[in-house]
Amino acid sequence: MADSQKELGAAFNKRDRDWHPAADTPAYRSTILRSPKQKLVMLEQSLSETTGPVFGQNAIGALDHDLIQNFAQPGESPIGERIIVHGHILDENGRGVPNALLEVWQANAGGRYRHKNDSYLAPLDPNFGGCGRLLSDENGYYSFRTIKPGPYPWPNGGNDWRPAHIHYSLFGSGFAQRLITQIYFEGDPHIALCPILNSINDPKAIDQLVARLDMEHTVPMDIRAYRLNMILRGRDSTMFENRMEGN
Amino acid sequence: MSQAPNLKESPSQTAGPYVHIGCTPNFVGISGVYEEDAGRGMLSDETKGERIHIRGRIFDGAGDIVKDGLIEIWQADAEGLYNSPDETRGTADPAFPGWGRQPTDLERGDFVFDTIRPGRVPASDGRMQAPHISLWIVARGINIGLSTRLYLADEAEANAQDPVLASIADPMRRETLLAVREGDGFVFDIRLQGDRETVFFDV
Ligand SMILES: [Fe+2]
Repeated sequence: MADSQKELGAAFNKRDRDWHPAADTPAYRSTILRSPKQKLVMLEQSLSETTGPVFGQNAIGALDHDLIQNFAQPGESPIGERIIVHGHILDENGRGVPNALLEVWQANAGGRYRHKNDSYLAPLDPNFGGCGRLLSDENGYYSFRTIKPGPYPWPNGGNDWRPAHIHYSLFGSGFAQRLITQIYFEGDPHIALCPILNSINDPKAIDQLVARLDMEHTVPMDIRAYRLNMILRGRDSTMFENRMEGN
Repeated sequence: MSQAPNLKESPSQTAGPYVHIGCTPNFVGISGVYEEDAGRGMLSDETKGERIHIRGRIFDGAGDIVKDGLIEIWQADAEGLYNSPDETRGTADPAFPGWGRQPTDLERGDFVFDTIRPGRVPASDGRMQAPHISLWIVARGINIGLSTRLYLADEAEANAQDPVLASIADPMRRETLLAVREGDGFVFDIRLQGDRETVFFDV
């Protein structure tokens, strides 16, 4: 039936490029030589954009979502503040996105990454790797456990320190939804000072990346919870409605 | 008329220089967490289609090679079918995922994909597109992932009919999307700036 065909292949809403950071934001110096100067060419979406890879639960290990345990020696655990980060992965139409692959990476509690190109003074933690991944559940909810990352200095020409943050990568159902961004934590004074975060113009957009302390899901005497919803591009909703009426 | 969506997409932030920790941890020596890095191998003996080897580098505006980048590709199988639940025209080759992910080498900066020559996929208006591979590129200094396409220079006839290539007014710019045969494979260099800046799409 033509209408259901439409739903499956429905194009994504146009990306609001004013909501996202511009490519060239010179206060974040690395963008100067890495930002395209030509205008993006508009592309009419086809199956090449509306389809995307699907990941199965069998690709995900039992501890992949637990950064407290997934690199630690048996019986040991990393230094730092134990936290749960959780929330709902939704599309712009407000629908939960099930089976979304979420990958996260971060520095340890001292602000040091386990990476050969990171030579920051803070030591590596032998019990912390810094990577995790999971699939959202059938309603689009996600949850992972980790250690709260520390702020760290970075070379940007001045005295720049990143706010504590967790990088994340998210897949939806179409390749045009691919997104990499970062989770920040409410109350961090570095948020207002960060040239990377402030490459985003709208304070409401910045706020969308800031996780809130969630006492309701904090486990007494164990681990605190932070909550953040993640939003992916939605498919053109008029096509869904056409289909429902058509049924 | 299109209804305004009620939520806004989470705004993008750079993947930073340590994207490998999350996306290709084994590549940077974080072993024992994930058995293998997702997307690093696309082929098996059962995969149908002509093997193609693609290599290239990413250049910044000063002509320097980007050595902390990550590239993902998404493509149809040899018959032009996507390995995705949204594919309604048939069933794609189960031995070909269609998705691949490779870091640029930390020292040399080159990237390599071993994949197959994709089949043709229709545009939204039903016209056939030339065989192509969708690319998504992230790195330090890239605030929002860059989308582009790779076409094969030896598909001249199909390329001449491709509606996306045709939408690029300047033929010189169109050429930035052509992977050219060199030795045992295709070379596809990506230029973030400069007079041969790669065409990037608003998908
Ligand atoms: Fe970072």
